[in-house]
Amino acid sequence: MFITKYIKDVYKGVRSLLVGMKRTLYYFTHHKEIITQQYPDNRDTLVLPERFKGEVVMPHNENNEHRCTGCQACELACPNGTIKVIFKNELTPEGKKKKAIDKLVYHLELCTMCNLCVEACPSDAIKMAQTFEHSVFDRNELTKILNNPGSKIMEGVE
Amino acid sequence: MFEEVGTTTEGDIIINVGPQHPATHGVLHLVITLNGETIKKVEPHLGYIHRSIEKMCESLSYRQFIYVTSRMDYLSSHINNHACALCVEKGLQVEVPPRAQVIRVLMDELTRIASHELWWGAMAMDLGAFTPFFHAFRERESINDIMEETCGARLTMNYMVPGGVMQDLHPNFQKKVKEFMQLYKRKIHEYDELVTGNIIFQNRMKNVGYLSAEDAVSYGCSGPAARGSGVSCDIRKIYPYEIYDKLEFDEVLETGGDSFARYMVRIREMQQSIRIIEQLIDNIPEGDFQAKTKAVLKLPKGEFYTRVETARGELGVYIVSEGGTTPYRIKFRSPGFSNLSVLDHIARGSKLGDLVAMMGTLDLVIPDIDR
Repeated sequence: MFITKYIKDVYKGVRSLLVGMKRTLYYFTHHKEIITQQYPDNRDTLVLPERFKGEVVMPHNENNEHRCTGCQACELACPNGTIKVIFKNELTPEGKKKKAIDKLVYHLELCTMCNLCVEACPSDAIKMAQTFEHSVFDRNELTKILNNPGSKIMEGVE
Repeated sequence: MFEEVGTTTEGDIIINVGPQHPATHGVLHLVITLNGETIKKVEPHLGYIHRSIEKMCESLSYRQFIYVTSRMDYLSSHINNHACALCVEKGLQVEVPPRAQVIRVLMDELTRIASHELWWGAMAMDLGAFTPFFHAFRERESINDIMEETCGARLTMNYMVPGGVMQDLHPNFQKKVKEFMQLYKRKIHEYDELVTGNIIFQNRMKNVGYLSAEDAVSYGCSGPAARGSGVSCDIRKIYPYEIYDKLEFDEVLETGGDSFARYMVRIREMQQSIRIIEQLIDNIPEGDFQAKTKAVLKLPKGEFYTRVETARGELGVYIVSEGGTTPYRIKFRSPGFSNLSVLDHIARGSKLGDLVAMMGTLDLVIPDIDR
């Protein structure tokens, strides 16, 4: 009795192993079903979805104008203190003093890509970019100024 | 006759597993007292990944604190966010639009499948089979792609907000989910071929880590760990939230109580999740995806508690509000903590090699336990 049970167990073990090996062999011979991506080599063809949250950017138009009014809604919405708005005083053509943003400082190293700042922005001034390779050699490079130097607010954005 | 609990007698060996051990799935530290190969005591040491999430939440507003909870049980981050959003909505008395409710349930069930897939691969890898890991990740990858397209992230989504969801569904969502379900149905038999039917696997799982229904209840186990012992504890059935009471699905129960029963619960639960998605994917109602809420959320003074069923069990969110913009106190009742506490009980008397099978079927996620 013991020997028949032993042989049965061996048979069952070998059989279930072969069933599993059959699956492995199937993928060994069917190269089309392999979905592995050769990541650093396919960098040129890699397309990320447009909603992918990679980093916060501020789009500028061709006249170097942005839509940020400096309302600080993003700064208040951010849970980590990632965004800081620095103001300056600007003279309007009529000679009046007007508050405008000097720098919109963005700390990528603190950002968790939660998208709350983009949701909070009333004038669609910031959006999420699809970049994801963020490693740098110096930590200071991660602190970014989102508005271009010399940029102005777009006409008609309040 | 019986040795006193917790004492080490002569000849006992104390070994440390973790905190940097590949089979602990994170930074769990187990101090194991051994008598030869037999386990006398398992003592989990926690705190290696404690980030004081509950305290952090006290300084964040009701919109902001939800993103932190994705970092607790990172494999079911949607469901964590869902629980918090539900609790805030309970305080605000906001009615969630039907479209948002359906989207939330769809996302929850997709997350549940993704979480169980990862568990399946990782558990088989712990037991020494490496191939299932890749098979599980292949299916999980297509869920991640769906999430990436709609929510913008693959793991920590922060998609559920108080009042609904953050963005509307991506136009490709329905097509992609249907493609995933076809892929899943085509590939599900591979799971049985590779792991479930394997005699070596079955011998390592059956009669290992027996947990009786009484012990499951008294230790506070929930989720598949308790349902494997025949305890009916599915929050989706007992206290339905969102639209779960209108859906047709079975609460998966196994009566074995051993590791294999817990394994089968999760395998069958994935099929139930597919069933739920099948019912909803063609019936997403039109309308708003977010209810109108005030810019600054203020909960009235009082205490609010909601619970949901994550992939691991019952997650409870308890908010004490003093009427301000930030919570006075937040407590998360995480499923992993109770499920880990039963490990010592089920591991006593068994062999050291079986400990991995027990830990695997309890499905421990350490950041969820430590918070």
